[in-house]
Amino acid sequence: MWTFFHKLASPKYFYDISGRLLPWFGAATLLLMLAGLYQGLLVAPADYQQGESYRIMFIHVPAAWMSMFVYMVMAGAGIIGLVWKIKLADVVAASCAPLGASFTFLALVTGSLWGKPMWGAWWVWDARLTSELILLFLYLGYIALQSAIDDTRTAARASTVLALVGVVNIPIIHYSVVWWNTLHQGATVTKMGAPSIATSMLIPLLLMALAFKVYFFTVVLLRARNEVLKRESGSGWVKDVLMH
Amino acid sequence: MTFSEFLNMGGYAFYVWTSYALAGVILLANLLLPMLNARKQRRELVGKLRREGRA
Amino acid sequence: MTPKRKQRLLFVTLIVIGIGAAVALALSAFQENLLYFYTPSQVAGGEAPKGRAFRVGGLVETGSVKRESDGLTVHFTVTDTAKSIPITYKGILPDLFREGQGIVAMGRLDANNQFVADEVLAKHDENYMPPEVGDALKKAGMDAMHIKPGQKP
Repeated sequence: MWTFFHKLASPKYFYDISGRLLPWFGAATLLLMLAGLYQGLLVAPADYQQGESYRIMFIHVPAAWMSMFVYMVMAGAGIIGLVWKIKLADVVAASCAPLGASFTFLALVTGSLWGKPMWGAWWVWDARLTSELILLFLYLGYIALQSAIDDTRTAARASTVLALVGVVNIPIIHYSVVWWNTLHQGATVTKMGAPSIATSMLIPLLLMALAFKVYFFTVVLLRARNEVLKRESGSGWVKDVLMH
Repeated sequence: MTFSEFLNMGGYAFYVWTSYALAGVILLANLLLPMLNARKQRRELVGKLRREGRA
Repeated sequence: MTPKRKQRLLFVTLIVIGIGAAVALALSAFQENLLYFYTPSQVAGGEAPKGRAFRVGGLVETGSVKRESDGLTVHFTVTDTAKSIPITYKGILPDLFREGQGIVAMGRLDANNQFVADEVLAKHDENYMPPEVGDALKKAGMDAMHIKPGQKP
């Protein structure tokens, strides 16, 4: 097990294995996405209160879940890079940030598009919305910090510190609907007991969530491969890889 | 359900389809940019290595 | 320090200040919203501020919604099941606005102690189901789903 991780941490091995995994990840993303869209747009019935507008959920909720998941991956990889000095972890952390920012942006905008017809407002300064907006700022700050510092080790250290400070925001986002009186409704899927959603609506939601997750791993691998190649461009294995 | 009913989304067409379209654009852009980048980077690195090889 | 480093340090400082300012602004806007939130019981008990805007939240009382002939002005009462207060609103209501629905109204008390709303927002619950199931539950008298767990029925 440990030898596998040590091998994986070597850039050359990572480059090899990720190259082999990518087509499978891509195919899985496509299949899950198509199944989720089919179930969500064509099979799932309209909601008893919100009619057809609730179908925004199949984009909004997976995007919001990913915005938090990616942040935890980014912070986790940052710690591994900081403590165990594994360069590949720094690469993964840096590759997460633009994706996390995209998911957060998507969650905010689709939430707005859902809030307008249902709540009656594009935006309210409610705990859930405000903490998610702060998450977007955290991602943007992380990206700016990465690009401001040329030396990769210093950049990794500085941005990991920022990411770690921001981790407190994650439980705040999750529990905001419990702790404060928010306009945003409570959790549906993760609440105690059975999820209060019809199975025909839960299936597309979970399919889309899984599709988003596999998509994230696909793109992180793509980005990390580029970054590894760039950072290791002087070493022998890169020459071997490129010259044939 | 007819096709135009499907497109109409019970009157929420603008909100629903804008959400899905935006998701499509963002997800595709995030996928294509690193793919294009990989090609470009590969070309540049190969060019650099060739030049070094000749020198 | 080299000029390049100086420039970089300045850039980083600007980022930190930028994020800090954005977060502070967001939090203060959010705090303000929390501060001026009252329940119908509090408003009926005279705890709500006079002459300043605040929010009131509760359920739209069944049978209380009356529309004026202009089609825009609506009168209804909002309840927290203990006390209820009348609200007047002129404008377009959100699609989820209906009797029994949880709403948040933003506005102020006028001279006659009548709450006049500038904005009415509907709150929806975390339940999703097909309309037939919703109807069946309603018939079975289980329409208490608008009430959040922890909230007193």
